[in-house]
Amino acid sequence: MHDLIATTALGAAAPCVDHHGPISLTEEPGFALASIAARRGAERATVLAIRRMIGPTAPKAGHWAGERIIAFWTGPDQWMLEAPYDSDEFLFERAIKEAKGKASVTEQTGAWCRFDLRGTGLAAVMERLCPINMATFIAGSATRTSIDHLGCFVLCRSEDHISIHGPRSCAAALHHSLLTAIRAAF
Amino acid sequence: MSQINRLPGGQIDRNQTLNFTFDGKSYQGHAGDTLASALLANGVRLMGRSFKYHRPRGVLTAGSEEPNALVELREGARKEPNTRATTAELFGGLTARSQNKIGSLRFDLMAINDRFSNFLTAGFYYKTFMWPAAFWEKIYEPIIRNAAGLGSISLQDDPDAYDRGFLHCDLLIIGAGPAGLAAALTAGRARAQVILADEDFTLGGRLNSERLAFADQSGADWAAQTVAELASLPNVRIMARTTVLGAFDHGIFSALERVSDHLPQPAPGKPRQVLWRIYSKGSLLCAGATERPIAFENNDRPGIMLAGAMRSYANRWAVTPAQRVAVFTNNDDGHRTAADLHAKGVSIAAVIDVRPDAPQSQDYEVIKGGQVINSRGRLGLKSIEVVLPGGATRQLTCGALGVAGGWNPNVHLTSHHRGRPEWLPQIAAFGPPSQGPKTLRIAGAAKGELSTADALRGGADQAASWLGENGFSAAAVELPDAEDAPVSMTPFWAVKGCNRAWLDQQNDVTVKDVKLAHKENFVSVEHLKRYTTLGMATDQGKTSNMGGLAIMAELTGKAIPEVGTTIFRPPYTPTAIGAFAGRDRGTDFRPIRKTPSHAWAEEQGAVFVEVGLWLRAQWFAKAGETHWRQSVDREVRATRESVGICDVTTLGKIDVQGTDAATFLNKIYCNGFAKLAIGKTRYGLMLREDGIAMDDGTAARLAEDHFVVTTTTANAVSVFRHMEFARQCLWPDLDVQLISTTEAWAQYAVAGPNARRLLQKVVDPEFDLSNEAFPFMACANITVCGGLRARLFRISFSGELAYELAVPTRYADAMIRRLMQAGEEFEAVPYGTEALGVMRIEKGHAAGNELNGTTTALNLGMGRMVSKAKDSIGSTLSERSGLNQTDALKLVGLWPVNPANPVPAGSHLMAKGDPVDAAHSQGYVTSACFSPNLGHSISLAYVKSGDSRMGEILRLVSPLTGFDHEVEVVSAHFIDPKGERLRA
Repeated sequence: MHDLIATTALGAAAPCVDHHGPISLTEEPGFALASIAARRGAERATVLAIRRMIGPTAPKAGHWAGERIIAFWTGPDQWMLEAPYDSDEFLFERAIKEAKGKASVTEQTGAWCRFDLRGTGLAAVMERLCPINMATFIAGSATRTSIDHLGCFVLCRSEDHISIHGPRSCAAALHHSLLTAIRAAF
Repeated sequence: MSQINRLPGGQIDRNQTLNFTFDGKSYQGHAGDTLASALLANGVRLMGRSFKYHRPRGVLTAGSEEPNALVELREGARKEPNTRATTAELFGGLTARSQNKIGSLRFDLMAINDRFSNFLTAGFYYKTFMWPAAFWEKIYEPIIRNAAGLGSISLQDDPDAYDRGFLHCDLLIIGAGPAGLAAALTAGRARAQVILADEDFTLGGRLNSERLAFADQSGADWAAQTVAELASLPNVRIMARTTVLGAFDHGIFSALERVSDHLPQPAPGKPRQVLWRIYSKGSLLCAGATERPIAFENNDRPGIMLAGAMRSYANRWAVTPAQRVAVFTNNDDGHRTAADLHAKGVSIAAVIDVRPDAPQSQDYEVIKGGQVINSRGRLGLKSIEVVLPGGATRQLTCGALGVAGGWNPNVHLTSHHRGRPEWLPQIAAFGPPSQGPKTLRIAGAAKGELSTADALRGGADQAASWLGENGFSAAAVELPDAEDAPVSMTPFWAVKGCNRAWLDQQNDVTVKDVKLAHKENFVSVEHLKRYTTLGMATDQGKTSNMGGLAIMAELTGKAIPEVGTTIFRPPYTPTAIGAFAGRDRGTDFRPIRKTPSHAWAEEQGAVFVEVGLWLRAQWFAKAGETHWRQSVDREVRATRESVGICDVTTLGKIDVQGTDAATFLNKIYCNGFAKLAIGKTRYGLMLREDGIAMDDGTAARLAEDHFVVTTTTANAVSVFRHMEFARQCLWPDLDVQLISTTEAWAQYAVAGPNARRLLQKVVDPEFDLSNEAFPFMACANITVCGGLRARLFRISFSGELAYELAVPTRYADAMIRRLMQAGEEFEAVPYGTEALGVMRIEKGHAAGNELNGTTTALNLGMGRMVSKAKDSIGSTLSERSGLNQTDALKLVGLWPVNPANPVPAGSHLMAKGDPVDAAHSQGYVTSACFSPNLGHSISLAYVKSGDSRMGEILRLVSPLTGFDHEVEVVSAHFIDPKGERLRA
C-alpha cells in the first residue's frame, strides 16, 4: 500500500462543504469513474457487461441506473461507470474484466470533480447554470451540458439531490459558479 | 413642495411615503409610483432636453415607449444614463438627474441650437462635414462625438452582477394585460407549464389604467384577483418586471428580468438583472398597443402627452399633469381621458376632436371638427391655439394636453423573423404579419382587437386553441363583462401645413425633415429612416414611425401600406450590456484550469503564464533573484547538470483503444505507427488535410489495442476534435474508441543526468529502469511509492535523459512533493515553461512557434517522415509542387557572429549585400533565447535551403526596430546533436 496522501479537486485534504439557504453544496471526492465504450459490433455484449455490474437495466440516453455501481449514458454505445472509491478504486479493472475485450474501458477517476447539490428548490439554482429543463429532469435523469463554459455531466439522484461532474482542473471555477448561482437564487 | 397634482384614488400606497431627488431638489412620492408619476404629482413637467435642439421636454407616455423623459438614475458607479422616468420604479432615496444640457435644465445653454434649426435639418452632417476632408478626424468628429448622446456614464466599473439563465415552458405569454391574463388563466387551469411575463411591476396592463373596463368591478381588481389565482398554480410562473426582448428560432425568446432595479441596490449575492433564454413550445403575444400622437406645430412642450398616458397617470397613479387640461383627438378613446380626469375633479379646458360628428359631453366643452394648431409656454405648456371648423382660432389656457391619434399594435416581436407588419384598415394601423415566428400567436390589442372584451376573448381563445392542438384539455374560463366599444376614429396624422411639428421626439425629427427627405428623393422607407434618423433612437420609433410613414405617404401620393415599414429588431427595449455579458466578466470571464500541483507550485514561488485556459508555472523565482533570466538560467543549468522536474500535466492525452487503433493512428499521423511495439513510444507528426503540419506529440503503445496519444497543450482540444471527426466521419468502419484523459493523469517530466537515479527512489523496485530494460522511448504501466498505479514514458523534450511520470490526479500534490524530496540529494529543481523552452531550443525541438500553420514536414526537416508506404491525412497534398520547391524553407539554428548580440524572434534574414525588403527575405526567426549553456543567444529559424547553408553568414534584420546584425547558420541541434545524453 502506497503512502501518498490524496487531495481533493479543490486542493484540500478534506472536501469543501457550503450551506446557503435551503441548499448544501458538497465536494464529493469519494467516487471512482471509468468510461466504457462498445467496440464495433459488440454493442449488445457491452450492455450485458454493464448489466452485470449495475443491475437489470443499462441506462438509455438521458439516464443513469444502478445502485452501488451506477452507469450513466454519455454517447451512442458509451457510458460512464461510477462507484464509491473506497470499495471500488479499481472500478476500471472490474469493467475491463466484465467487458472481456468487447468494450474499451478507460479509468476516468482523476479526470472529474464532483459537486453535489442537496436541498429543496434545486431548479432555481440549476436554471441559472444550464439549459436543462428541470421540470422533466427527474430522479434517474442524466445529461451532458455546459455550465459556465465547462462541459459537465449532471445527474438527478432524487428530487432534492443533484450531482455535477465537471473537469477536475476547473474545480475551483465550477465551485465558484455553483456557489454564485445558489446565492443568486436564495 | 407638496404633491400639488396628486388626485384621489389610484393604486399607490399612500401609507408609504418615499423621498427622492431630481436635479438635487427633494420631493416625495408613494410606493407604486414611477419617477415620472411622482414628478408629475409634484408639479414637475420639465424632465429633460431634446437630443438635437435641446428643447424642453416632459413625459409623452406612461410606459416603456417613452422617447422624452430620459434621466440619469442613481449616483457613483451605479449611475445609469438614458433611463426612462416612466418605467423607473420609485424607491426611497432615489437620485435622478436630467441630462443633455449645459447649465441647468431650465436654462440650457445648448438651447441655442433651436435658433439654428434651419441649419440643423435632416442630412445636416452629410451636407456640412464633407470638406475639407482633413477636418474630419481632428475637428468634426470630436465635436460631433461630444454633442452626440444624451446622458453621461460614470466611467467606473459596474458594481452589480448580472445573471443569465434558462427557462422552459409549454406556453410563453408575453404581456399580462386583459388578453395575457385571460390566456394565462385558460392555460394555467389546463395545467400547462406557463410563463407569464410582463415588463411592468404591476400586472394588468391597461386594466390598471382604465376606469370603466368592466361593468361590475374595477379592471385593476380583476387583474389582481387573477394574478393571485395564477400565483397559486404551481405550473404558472409569473414574471413581473420582465421584458421579452426578442424572438429567436425554434420557440426561443430572450427576456430581461429586472430583479433589483426597484431597490437602492441589489441584496448581497443577488443579480441586478437576469437575462433569460426561454425555450417555449408555444407562445402568445399579448403585448397590447401603443397610442400614437398627432403632429402639430410645437407639439413637444412639457405637458403635451398621449391621452392614454394622461388617463394612466390619473387612474393608476392618481396624478394629473396640470390642474386644467385639454384633449386633442381623432377618436372616441380621447374622450375617455377627458371623462376620467373630469371625474377626478380636474378642470377640462375642452376636447378638440377633428371629427365633425364627435360625441358630445354634458360636463365640458367639445370642439367638433377643431384642430390644435400650435402651443405656447417656454418650459411647459401654457396654452394651445385651436382652429375652429370655420377657420377662426381660439386660445385655450391649459397646463396639459392629451393627444389621441389612435393605437398601434405592438408587433415588434412578430417582426423579428423579418415578418413585415400588415395594414389593418379598420384601426388604420399596422398589425402583426402573417409570416411571423412560427410558434408565435397573437391576441388582444397586439392583434388590433382594441376593446377590453375583445382582448379577454382573444387571449382565452388563442390559449384554448393552442392547448387543444397540443394535447391539453382546456375548459372555457368565465370572463368578466367588459366594455366592448367599437373603434370609432378618423385617421388624422398631422395638422396641415405644420413644419416644426415633432414626429420623433427622441431624435428630434419633425414633419419638415420628412418633407425635406422627400424633396431630396429619400422616399424609400429605409432611406427615410437613415436620412432623417426617424425611429433610430433607443425607443425604435414606437411613437414616431407611423406619423413619419403617414407624412411620406401623403407626399408621395401613396397609401400608407404601400410606403411600408422598417424592420424591428431585438432588443425590444434598451438593455444593459452587462446583462448580455452575465457573469462572464473580470476574472470570471472564462474558467481557469489549474494542475493538481498548482498549490505546491505557488509555494515554490512560481510565476504563472496562461496557456489556453491553463495556468502553467513559467519559472520559480528563488529568494534573491530579481530578473526572470536569473531564475530561468539557474533552472536550465541545474537540469542539464543534475536533474529538474517540470509539470507537464497540461499536455493533451488521448486514450485510443480498439482493434483498429493502430490502423487509425497510422492514418492520423504522417509517419508509421502500425508496427510500433508494445511498450514503446514514438514521436508523431500530424498533418492537416492540406499537407501543413498540424500538431506533434508522442503515441505510446500500452497494448496491442491501446495507445496513449499526447498533444501540445494548446492543441489538446482541437486534436481530439480532429480525431473524433476522423473516427466518426472519415473512417466509421474502423473499430476505434477515443476519450480524453488529459485531466485524469498528472504528469511530471524528470530530466537531467540524475533523472534515473531520482526516479529509482520512487518507482517500486520490481520495475527495472536500467537503460537496457527501459531504454529511450520505452513506456510502461508501473507502480510508485509502494503500489500507486502510474505510467512511465522515457521521452525527452529537453534533450536530457528524461522520463515523464503520470499518476492519478488526486495523488499529484503528494507525488511532486515526494519527487522533490527524493531529489534533494541531487539538488533537483523545479523548472517552468521558460526553462523548458530554452532547453528545447538548445536541442532543436520544434514547438508551436515552428508549427505555425504555414509550415510543412519538409520545412521542419522531417520531410522523410511523411511515409509514402501508406495513406495518411495530408500526405497526398504535402506532395504539392508548391510545398516542395528546391529552395524551400528549412529549420536551422542561428547564432550571432558577435556573441553579445541577441537573435530575436520575428527578425528576417537577408543575404549580405541584398536590399532589405520582403522580396529578398531569406527566412525568419521563429524561436529565440539566451542559452546559459553556450553563453550567448541562439535561435531557430526557417531559412531558404537552410540545410545546405551551414556556416553561411547572413544579416538578421528588423526594420521595425532598426536591428541589423550578422548571424551564422548552424545546425538546430545546439546541444548533444548525436542524442547521446537522452539515450544515456
